[in-house]
Amino acid sequence: MELLVASGIGILTAGGIYLVLRLRTFPVILGISLLTYAVNVFLFASGRLAIGAAPVLIDGAERYTDPLPQALVLTAIVISFGMTAVVVMIALGAFLGSDDDHVDDPAAEDAT
Amino acid sequence: MTHWIIAPVILPAILAPFIVLAARYHIGIQRVFSVAGVMALIAVAAGLAWTASDGTIILYQLGDWAAPFGIVLVGDRLSTLMVLLTAVLALFVLLYAIGSGWDDRGRHFHALFQFQLMGIMGAFLTGDLFNLFVFFEVLLIASYGLMIHAGGNARLRAGVQYVLFNLLGSTLFLFALGALYAETGTLNMADVAQRVALVDPSETVGIRLAAVLLLLVFAIKAAVVPLHFWLPSSYAEAPAPVAALFAIMTKVGAYAIIRVYTMIFHPELEVTAGLQTAWLLPAAMISLAIGMIGILAAKHLDRLVAFAVIGSMGMVMVAISMFTQTSITAALYYTVHSTLAAAALFLIVDLVGTGRADLKLTAQPTLPGAALTSALFMVAAIAMAGLPPLSGFVGKLLILDAAFPTSTAAWIWAVVLISSLIAVVGFSRAGSVLFWKAKSLPPPEEDPEAETTAAPAVLSYCAVGGLLTMLVAHTVFAGPATAYMASISQQLFNPEPYISTVLETPGKLSKPTEGH
Repeated sequence: MELLVASGIGILTAGGIYLVLRLRTFPVILGISLLTYAVNVFLFASGRLAIGAAPVLIDGAERYTDPLPQALVLTAIVISFGMTAVVVMIALGAFLGSDDDHVDDPAAEDAT
Repeated sequence: MTHWIIAPVILPAILAPFIVLAARYHIGIQRVFSVAGVMALIAVAAGLAWTASDGTIILYQLGDWAAPFGIVLVGDRLSTLMVLLTAVLALFVLLYAIGSGWDDRGRHFHALFQFQLMGIMGAFLTGDLFNLFVFFEVLLIASYGLMIHAGGNARLRAGVQYVLFNLLGSTLFLFALGALYAETGTLNMADVAQRVALVDPSETVGIRLAAVLLLLVFAIKAAVVPLHFWLPSSYAEAPAPVAALFAIMTKVGAYAIIRVYTMIFHPELEVTAGLQTAWLLPAAMISLAIGMIGILAAKHLDRLVAFAVIGSMGMVMVAISMFTQTSITAALYYTVHSTLAAAALFLIVDLVGTGRADLKLTAQPTLPGAALTSALFMVAAIAMAGLPPLSGFVGKLLILDAAFPTSTAAWIWAVVLISSLIAVVGFSRAGSVLFWKAKSLPPPEEDPEAETTAAPAVLSYCAVGGLLTMLVAHTVFAGPATAYMASISQQLFNPEPYISTVLETPGKLSKPTEGH
């Protein structure tokens, strides 16, 4: 299972980085979303993978799963969701204003 | 347990929604509350700094839960100094925003400003790495709003770049936190510091990965080359008061590097030995060189100042990356100087731009108020370039002095001195083109249709003057200031009181046998 989770995170990250380097807002935002999915799974796995165990630590418990990464992931999901919404709005504003969805600086503007 | 330490976070957090809900359509009331809030922040920050100045570690356990289970806020000499610096900077920036009318050109300036302050204050005060991430996000999301305040296409495009770059930074931060948590099982800074010392020296891959990722994240915030690409266009396009407030944001990155790499991954730590110094020092020197060359190469005044910020961050990072007590002392002195000088320069850029079509470095007919603006520009440029008699010179001297005993002294001296010369040439060129050449131009033909441009408001000049006065004070009281920075640095390199205060103060859950 470790291999599966690790390669899943790896593929998501690779796809995310590829899309981020596309330099147009839509692929870049998708890439960032993929990256945040990858990091969420990564955070979740940072408390070690345990199947079918309760996230509580009580006396006599044989196995338990670490509850803290779950709380961290919840925070991370909420924040990344909000941030993605913000960037979509700003990018939409920039696109509608200038009719151009490139992320980098326009070259002609610098030359003048 | 004193509750004052949470006031710098709570006060703006309450004030911002109040401004949005109760004073939405009344810019006058918003201004009054915003200024009053920042004044109160200064008072609280001064009180905290006074309490911490004798070496006390102020600890605040939220909900009375003991660390490392609960979240803690910690105020030591360094964090209270940064809080005080932020509050003072915020007052002058706010006065400028009011004087120049920037706050009235879009909506919710004051509310976003307060949220921004909340995030910055929280980042300085928190004693928990995950909370540092959360406060980074708070300050970033407010800064996204401030960055595109008053709109405009160029600004929105720069805003998209800025937001995307910072989102990537946040993702990287989470990867770093995950790696750190997987290795140590905790994210409380004091607890992590204790546990990394126990890591098996033969299995250091995970912890080294976490250390490097964290360094990358903080280097993005501090705009260290090659992670600086977000800064020039976003600082140049941001509204002037916002860019001036952003002068403290790069310092949040520097603060985080100082905090984490003196307490957790300190230079003597075996498992990560040499990691930060091997990479950070060359990167810092290149930042310094690129920033100062950028000053000479810039075609627009706002880009020029943005590159000056990169250069001065490079200077701070050069001092930090030596990781000795004297170099951290120098870095802290220069940090205060660079924050005030960069903020003053951004505001002066706006003064220069008042009435001009663009900020290109070409001579244009003189406008009302140009004489005073040029005088202010000269003072701020002298400070930024590090010429005597202002504090930039003192700070540079401290850094050179701290570098003297190290093995890389020749490199550091060469880069610092040559880049200073380039900065002086760059600033003189900008100043002479903008203010002297303009004098020799023939007066523009009187056009009765053209609207006359008024000189900038008195309050704007007062705000810039206030920042420059703080710089002069920082120079005049350089002796006591350096002594205090030395005591901060001494506290940073002896983290045992910090760690024991955080971990050994009793709270709920500290004694499970009592059955809370």
